[in-house]
Amino acid sequence: MASITLSGLKKSYGTAQVIKGVDITIEDGEFVVFVGPSGCGKSTLLRMIAGLEDITAGTLTVGGRVVNDLPPKERGVAMVFQSYAIFPHMTVRENVAFGLTIAGDSKEVKAAKVAEAARILQMEHLLDRRPSQLSGGQRQRVAIGRAIVRKPEVFLFDEPLSNLDAALRMDMRMEIGKLHKALGATMIYVTHDQVEAMTLADKIVVLKDGLVQQIGSPMELYHHPANAFVAGFLGSPSMNFLDVEVQAIDGNQITVANAALSPVTITAQTGSYQIGGKARLGIRPQYLTPAEGAGQLQGKVALTERLGAETVIEVTLSDGSPLIAAMARDAVFALGTEIGLTFEACEAHLFSE
Amino acid sequence: MASKFLKSNRTGWMMAGPAAVLIGMFVILPFVFAILLSFTNQRLISPNPTEFVGFANYRQLLGVATLTLEPLTDQAGLVQKDATGAVQYPALRGYTRNNPDFPNLVGMREWFSLDWGQSRTFVLARDVVFLKALINTFIFVLIVAPVQGGLALGLALLINQKMRGINLFRAVYFMPVVVSIVVVSLLWRFIYDGNSGLLNNLLSAVSFGAIPRVDWLGNPSTALGSIIAMSIWQAVGFHMVIWLSGLQTISPTLYEAGAIEGASPWQSFRYITWPGLKNTAILVLIVITMQAFAVFAQIDVMTKGGPLDSTQTIVFQAIQRGYGKQDISGGSAISVILFVIVLSISLLQRWITRERS
Repeated sequence: MASITLSGLKKSYGTAQVIKGVDITIEDGEFVVFVGPSGCGKSTLLRMIAGLEDITAGTLTVGGRVVNDLPPKERGVAMVFQSYAIFPHMTVRENVAFGLTIAGDSKEVKAAKVAEAARILQMEHLLDRRPSQLSGGQRQRVAIGRAIVRKPEVFLFDEPLSNLDAALRMDMRMEIGKLHKALGATMIYVTHDQVEAMTLADKIVVLKDGLVQQIGSPMELYHHPANAFVAGFLGSPSMNFLDVEVQAIDGNQITVANAALSPVTITAQTGSYQIGGKARLGIRPQYLTPAEGAGQLQGKVALTERLGAETVIEVTLSDGSPLIAAMARDAVFALGTEIGLTFEACEAHLFSE
Repeated sequence: MASKFLKSNRTGWMMAGPAAVLIGMFVILPFVFAILLSFTNQRLISPNPTEFVGFANYRQLLGVATLTLEPLTDQAGLVQKDATGAVQYPALRGYTRNNPDFPNLVGMREWFSLDWGQSRTFVLARDVVFLKALINTFIFVLIVAPVQGGLALGLALLINQKMRGINLFRAVYFMPVVVSIVVVSLLWRFIYDGNSGLLNNLLSAVSFGAIPRVDWLGNPSTALGSIIAMSIWQAVGFHMVIWLSGLQTISPTLYEAGAIEGASPWQSFRYITWPGLKNTAILVLIVITMQAFAVFAQIDVMTKGGPLDSTQTIVFQAIQRGYGKQDISGGSAISVILFVIVLSISLLQRWITRERS
């Protein structure tokens, strides 16, 4: 088992810098998720850890050992690819045993280890099939089997569930979570899906444009986002942002308002503000509730989405800006009706411009 | 009124028509003609009516027999030897000409002979030149197919990488394919020249004159080998391109997965590249085999089958016989024999490389 540290890690292709200095410490046995929009460099970072991409600058250590210039096989990592990367001409058994074949293990050792991996992944019945006879989920299972059979210190997952349909993705997500508990190995998981990040991670690393935006536990990031990007990225539907003006400052108690919002005092967690300055107020759709009378926010219902357990409505505020609210349980809102919305000030987030 | 299906079908036939007519005239018709003519005594230009002769042309080409003879002995029963000490055997012509005891040997000539103790077995053939051509062609194919295929794969692996100026290498390796084989053959005649050829000059320069000059195309023991070497060089670029297209269908992620699992370059090739190239390999092998069986232009330009029939090949014989000697039925029979050989080998290759489930 191994801890991993990335310090000052940079990656450039010619003049284009894609990773601009990343510092992350990953504890032994931790499940870390790199999350961010496409092009944020999360996959590149994972491939740098795997040894598939050169490291332009900085230091990467695995288990206390600097591995910057070591080839992938000497880093003690296994990787699961988005496209599965299982060998089409080999049976499942041969695919799972590939790393052992490469290492020159005996037939008996291979048979025992493959059987063990197949048992963990519940795919004993698939061993003699060829990849072309497998479904997407089964192929991903084979790819995971190939990774676990060598008992590596670190598992790297590169968007492993992106090619699966929604139902299967949820099953596999839970299986990967169980696998982590069963094996206790260090795992790094790259995804653009914030649900996977929230459910699987011990620690989430949010990346944007090659820079770390915030590192922390899922709930830390959810409740205390360091900036508007992190706040908007986590949570579904994503957080509403209102452009507001600062009206009063008392320590970290900031009073803000705009044309559609009556003054409200927020405890600012980040940023610096000045009276008359601009700021962004973030409110999660789930924390907006219909007001009995006039609410803090006033608008007209523009769209409703009834999901049964939840009702999502889009409201056009009196200043014309859109706002999303998610109500628990099924509710009916006629389009065009006036609605007032309220929220608890302690559940809103303020970000400086 | 014609239905829409019929109308669209008519358009389809009109589109396909010109090609179908041309293929019919220049591929299918000659093929049928060759088969029909091979069973007749038709000559290219002849006043005599054509007669059906059955398999006579094939018997003439492929007729082989053996004859075992004991050495000549003198009156004392001792084996006769000539001045050089070689054992003397009865003259073959005593058996192959006007000998009523051996009607099956009439008109045959010695192809080669094997010694079994004192006796000697002569392998006689009705058409020794054709059998030499057959053997030469098989030697040509057996050497060209694996060597050309292997070299082409090696080149494809070399140029299948991201490198500055790699397209220059691709162009250079492909260039001989674009140049006409006749031009290439003429150029290589200068290279192989016995006196001041490039190859002789090069060899004597690097060995400081220790390697004697060889008349590469004029010596029966080097002529076929020289043509084989030149033929491999000429078409290797073509097969390199086919291999390259096969290499580029293999997903780079598979190599990355291999690298993570610790595969060495050789193991990557063994477990990822080669299995991924299986279909390409079948294609390359069949194409090279068929092209090699049809070897003609190099022979015609460089040696005309000589010296001492050491570079005779099947197609060269077919053309020489059909047009040179105006024996179109004999030439047709050779073409049909070649067709049967190539067809059987292709079927055999497909069977060997079939998908095993």
